[in-house]
Amino acid sequence: MKYFKTITDGIFKGNPTFVLLLGMCPTLATTSSAMNGLGMGVATMFVLICSNAFISLLKNLIPDGVRIPCYIVVIASFVTILQMLIQAYLPELYRTLGIFIPLIVVNCIILGRAEAFAAKNNVLASLCDGLGTGLGFTLALTLLGMIREFFGKGTFFGTEILPSSCNMLLFVLAPGAFITLGLLIAVVNSIRKNQA
Amino acid sequence: MEYFLIVISAIFINNIVLSQFLGICPFLGVSKKISTAAGMGIAVTFVLVISVIVTYALQTWVLNPLGLGYLQTILFILVIAGLVQMLETVLKKVSPALYQALGIFLPLITTNCCILGVSILVSNGNYPTQGLEPSLLVGVLYAFATAAGFTMALIIFAGIREQLDTVKIPEPMRGMSIALITAGLLAMAFMGFSGVDHGIASALGH
Repeated sequence: MKYFKTITDGIFKGNPTFVLLLGMCPTLATTSSAMNGLGMGVATMFVLICSNAFISLLKNLIPDGVRIPCYIVVIASFVTILQMLIQAYLPELYRTLGIFIPLIVVNCIILGRAEAFAAKNNVLASLCDGLGTGLGFTLALTLLGMIREFFGKGTFFGTEILPSSCNMLLFVLAPGAFITLGLLIAVVNSIRKNQA
Repeated sequence: MEYFLIVISAIFINNIVLSQFLGICPFLGVSKKISTAAGMGIAVTFVLVISVIVTYALQTWVLNPLGLGYLQTILFILVIAGLVQMLETVLKKVSPALYQALGIFLPLITTNCCILGVSILVSNGNYPTQGLEPSLLVGVLYAFATAAGFTMALIIFAGIREQLDTVKIPEPMRGMSIALITAGLLAMAFMGFSGVDHGIASALGH
């Protein structure tokens, strides 16, 4: 039950994108379509779960003074593994995400969870935290990708819904990313205020 | 001529923040006042140029000859973290005035994705070179122009946000929400520069 709460906390109350406002670069850059957003979300989730579990395992071995460099090495190793896996099995996704796959290393969500959660909790709880935060991130990116893809290209996960004459190209371009995310955060803010 | 085009394109047309989405965290985080924005911009310029030189050298003379390309991500992030730490120590000793000005921004730069991103792009020769062979000189010029673009975007954005403080904004949109929408409008304005590079090139007979 406690673990279940850790997972749902990551998705809703502590959603990394809408509430904590972390990891903005991949959020804005890779959500030009729902599929890309989903791919980036799952990739980040993989690294987050692995690094959280591994850092939690090693927490008693890592000296306090050099913990941040140690965390970065762990995270960078998993990112390298992920990069090879994507390059081998999903070359299409590898091309679209490009530079943003190695840049998962500097995603503040991952280092943030390592420092704030994995360094203080046991392996199972850290796994759940990684899963919850990762799911929250994936959900946010997919939602953002869906909205941008729908308005920009008139498609839903690649299936055409609106004729191309109704498309607003702006949404798939850079400004659309900023504006859509800004409006989504405003919506989330007003929902949270009404709940409180 | 090509060098000039690289600079123009990196600053205005393919602005690192507003069209490449690198370095968004400091762009949104330290843009509340023009003076801090300028400090951050200078610190990023400083670190970016040095880290591009170091990572390019490592890639060309260590990783490539030894066939260790897959270690790129791990090595680069460690080099950048070490470099930032070293810069901080050196600056404190050599130029306390500059340290005072840049000090608080330096630790933040390690997790600034535009440093790692541009270092990887330059090392892989994966950036717009306007027809030139990728080399250290071209890479450094590109890095410098990119950082200048970052600084410019940051200062403009900070100027707008200072004005936003005096405006009454609907409750749920305060803070990050309105900042993102402002950035979106700024990005839209920068889209107006697209194609300028071709115009300049053809005007000068290229």
